[in-house]
Amino acid sequence: MSTFPIFADENWRLPARGRVGMFALIIAESAIFTIFVVAYVYYIGRSTYGPTPQILDVPVFNTICLLSSSVTVIFAEHAIKHGRLRAFGLWWAATILLGIEFMTGTGMEWLRLIYKDGLSIRTNLFGTTFYSLVGLHATHVIVGLIGLSVIMAFTLAGRVEERHAERIQVFALYWHFVDAVWVVVFTVVYILGR
Amino acid sequence: MADQTYPIPGILDTTPSRAARLVEWVHSWVVTVDHKRLGILYIVYALFFLLVAGAEAMAMRIQLAVPNNHFLSPELFNEFFTMHGTTMVFLVGMTIIFGIGNYLVPLMIGARDMAFPRLNAFSFWMSAFGGLFLYFSFVGGFGLYGMGSAPDVTWWAYAPLTAKAFTPGHNTDYWALSLIVMGFGTLGAAINILATAFSMRCRGMTLFRMPLFVWLMVVTSGLTLITITPLTAAQVMLIIDRYLGAHFFDAQAGGAPIVWMHFFWIFGHPEVYVLILPAFGIASEVIPVFSRKAIFGYPAMVAASVGIAFVSTTVWAHHMFTVGMTSVGNSFFVLSTMMVGIPTAIKIFNWTATMWGGKIRFATPMLFCTAFLFQFLCAGLTGIMLASAPWNWQLHNSYFVIAHFHYTLTGSFIFCIFAAFYYWYPKVTGRMLSEKLGKRHFWLFFIGFHLTFDTMHFVGILGMPRSIYTYEADRGWNTLNFWISVGGLIQGIAVLIFAWNLIRSYLHGEESGNDPWDAWTLEWSTPSPPPAYNFAEDPVVRSRRPLWDLKHPHDPDWKYER
Amino acid sequence: MQRPRSLSLIRLEVPFLSLLCMQGMPSIAESALTTPSILAPASTPANEIYHLSLFVLAITGSIFIVVGGLLAFVIIKFHARKSDSEHEPAQIYGSTQVELAWTVIPVLIVVVLFLTTARIIFAIQDAPEPSSALDVTVIGHQFWWEFRYPKLGIVTANELHVPVSTQQRPEPTYLRLLSADVDHSFWVPQLGGKTDLIPNHPNQMWIDPQTAGLYLGQCAQFCGIEHAKMLLRVYVDTPDQFAAWVKNQQRQGVEDQAVTAGRRVFEHEACMNCHTITGTTATGTFGPDLTHLMSRATIAAGAAANTPGNLRAWIRDPNTLKPGALMPAMQLSDQETNEVVAYLTTLR
Repeated sequence: MSTFPIFADENWRLPARGRVGMFALIIAESAIFTIFVVAYVYYIGRSTYGPTPQILDVPVFNTICLLSSSVTVIFAEHAIKHGRLRAFGLWWAATILLGIEFMTGTGMEWLRLIYKDGLSIRTNLFGTTFYSLVGLHATHVIVGLIGLSVIMAFTLAGRVEERHAERIQVFALYWHFVDAVWVVVFTVVYILGR
Repeated sequence: MADQTYPIPGILDTTPSRAARLVEWVHSWVVTVDHKRLGILYIVYALFFLLVAGAEAMAMRIQLAVPNNHFLSPELFNEFFTMHGTTMVFLVGMTIIFGIGNYLVPLMIGARDMAFPRLNAFSFWMSAFGGLFLYFSFVGGFGLYGMGSAPDVTWWAYAPLTAKAFTPGHNTDYWALSLIVMGFGTLGAAINILATAFSMRCRGMTLFRMPLFVWLMVVTSGLTLITITPLTAAQVMLIIDRYLGAHFFDAQAGGAPIVWMHFFWIFGHPEVYVLILPAFGIASEVIPVFSRKAIFGYPAMVAASVGIAFVSTTVWAHHMFTVGMTSVGNSFFVLSTMMVGIPTAIKIFNWTATMWGGKIRFATPMLFCTAFLFQFLCAGLTGIMLASAPWNWQLHNSYFVIAHFHYTLTGSFIFCIFAAFYYWYPKVTGRMLSEKLGKRHFWLFFIGFHLTFDTMHFVGILGMPRSIYTYEADRGWNTLNFWISVGGLIQGIAVLIFAWNLIRSYLHGEESGNDPWDAWTLEWSTPSPPPAYNFAEDPVVRSRRPLWDLKHPHDPDWKYER
Repeated sequence: MQRPRSLSLIRLEVPFLSLLCMQGMPSIAESALTTPSILAPASTPANEIYHLSLFVLAITGSIFIVVGGLLAFVIIKFHARKSDSEHEPAQIYGSTQVELAWTVIPVLIVVVLFLTTARIIFAIQDAPEPSSALDVTVIGHQFWWEFRYPKLGIVTANELHVPVSTQQRPEPTYLRLLSADVDHSFWVPQLGGKTDLIPNHPNQMWIDPQTAGLYLGQCAQFCGIEHAKMLLRVYVDTPDQFAAWVKNQQRQGVEDQAVTAGRRVFEHEACMNCHTITGTTATGTFGPDLTHLMSRATIAAGAAANTPGNLRAWIRDPNTLKPGALMPAMQLSDQETNEVVAYLTTLR
């Protein structure tokens, strides 16, 4: 409305909507994880029978891989911001590989727990809380991997350019969130709970 | 000749048939990503379920009008009160606030649409599907008594009643799954509102120049992010318990039913603030315009709203004073609950101060908002009574509690929603709602509301618990229940008058023009209804009331605002 | 955790309603004044709550009058009138002093209310249990109440007998609340606030009724289809009445030779799987103990009066009296039913 007096700030800058949306999503997801973590912590030691957390092996290698994938994603973000698309593609692929390793490691851990130690989600309270919390995190890793793979496909098709750096950063926020959640889950399940 | 107007022979006539035009019209509504259309879809959906849940309430009140009645079987009554509560909170309350928010927020901040239009459409359809799935439960599957499997475990669905051992049918599953699906829709809508309000404001509209309704939608959306998610988490735990043999709420395995209670009310209490905050926003728009004064204390109103959102996350266990928490635990929740009354009281004072010294026009929107002020005051005071834990040990799960929350939900929330309808219907449709029918709607609803819910406080004090399909004839509750039911009938008639008003005014209502109320926020600068693009030119604002500045160039707000 | 306080701190109050003293076997028809009103306290916790509620009501009532009065004043005084000028009224955007005042005053009110409330919470919940207290274990079932008196060796159902507790002879009853299935809540408004029965989560409450009589209540936490019919009758007995009741409950089940046919039906049919009658082979615990069935005024947790006709209907098909009750229709022949009813009516 040009009849309004134009006294407004010349620097009218608003936050990017993608970033705001992603932060909002992260806050919401944090609330879901908090509830599962609270249930886990409250129920520590309350199983009336069945295997205890002592049967868990600390997944050091898996954790290193997942946390490293945050580092590779940062390198990827950096690369695309400076227009180095090939480097971006390589770091992005590295992230996916590390994520896949994490999922494979988790899967192998679960196979061992189910078939060797006899711990499933229905065995006892520990099984319930363990599989639901770690499983919830794993689900989020899978969703992240799907997103990463879609972007990888676009990159291989040559459709990702320097101007997409902002969007890549927003998506990377999700991946960093997934890693941060793992730090919490790892601490609660493998350190506190045992 | 270029200026010939008669049809040129030999051309193809591609005018679509009426049927094709109808299909085209329906299709445009199904695929729309326009925030105004999606807002209307949410609102129409909510209105439909308002009538359905209202019918459920009427059926229950007929059953309870006399003791030992046989109008509804115990199974059906239990399904009805569970569905009435679940429907009103989720299918009516949540959808209508995001519907009104969707419609108004971009218009009020001078934006062209929401931040994520496709997410907007996705959110609506998820919510819509979830609700329909919930109602499918009446006919789907076969419950324990072959009467359909609508949820019958109360809207708070305490464990272990919801365990497979005690509720083997699919009732609980419909409840949990439909709400999980709706939760995704709600989350999408909340994320959208936040992104829109932060990232799409027109030039000059700082956060402290946004209309209060937008502020309250922002606070509501932020609160929703951490409110609906605990419910989703708890319901996932419930489903895992029921279908994967897990033990979250299985007392035999070391699980604790009380954990469900905590998780549910960590959702449940902030949820009612999610519902009431947009109603506050509506009141904050209507009261100033009809008092002809700016809102008194805008910064305090913003601070109070944010304060309410934060404190409301600390009060949840006031729903659990009777479960055997320690005296220290109980005392903490008494304090936090009473504290949330403080910012709420401040808002009432600010609204009153806005009206002070004004020139109040009691058109229908203002009638509803004025009644809201009285009723919300009463609701807050009965809330203080309920916050007093020892008194709560008597009043909990009695009809006193039902009276309290209907004072907040019907007497405050719904009254503000009605006000919103009468206020913004001209903007949405281009026509005014009939004032005559509006006043009849108001007075009938007001009388029915008070007859029902004032009386209900007393029957609770006389010891009548809730969730009972009938009551003993010798407890002294008979007459009171009868009059409560009569009040319900009166409210039902009032709502039907309202529905009639909506339809009739759409067809024959007086044309409204851009700004029938002489209001001050940006949405009133667009045509009624607004075009798809909202604003022909991006607005630029300099104060909280851009249209006041236009209408009063010698006395603009930006000279005085703090 | 709720335990009784020492009596020196208890204020005795005369209840609003006069209550009938029940002698022997009461019937529903006799209980005329049976409104379980929280305004008619007859026990210390209910009394403390009542007085707290008056205080809170006084404060909230005053707030209502002041704020409501202001609102009413504003509506009348600042109503737009035709005689008003065309100009908009003075625009006032706020006032720091006023806003500060109406923030500070509510904070002070909240502090007062909170401290008063907290005092009563601690007084009721954390009061120590005196040695003279009677211990009762309450176990909630779908849809009936089990009462056990561990120190007296008594097991009964649905109708609770407790001794009256006077200043001269204080004898509070201390209830331990458990659940056999889902959540329930014990609520007899005139005797105290309600406390929930949650499986694997024992709770405690206490009452010290000061006037003998019958007090009514019911389950106050939705527990399933017949939650509405999980009623409570609390008989507050004089010392003599209570002693007589205890003595009767401690006896073994009556063995009347005239009704052995019925007893045999009871023991050979599925009845014994769910019910206990001491002195017989019936030791089931899924349903109420029937040893002294005829000492109770009602059956099915208050759903019907305890008459032979109702007993017959109940045994034939519980759904006729309480649709959804967990007892199945027993599929007995008419003769068997009559014999069993004849037997049950001897179980005083």
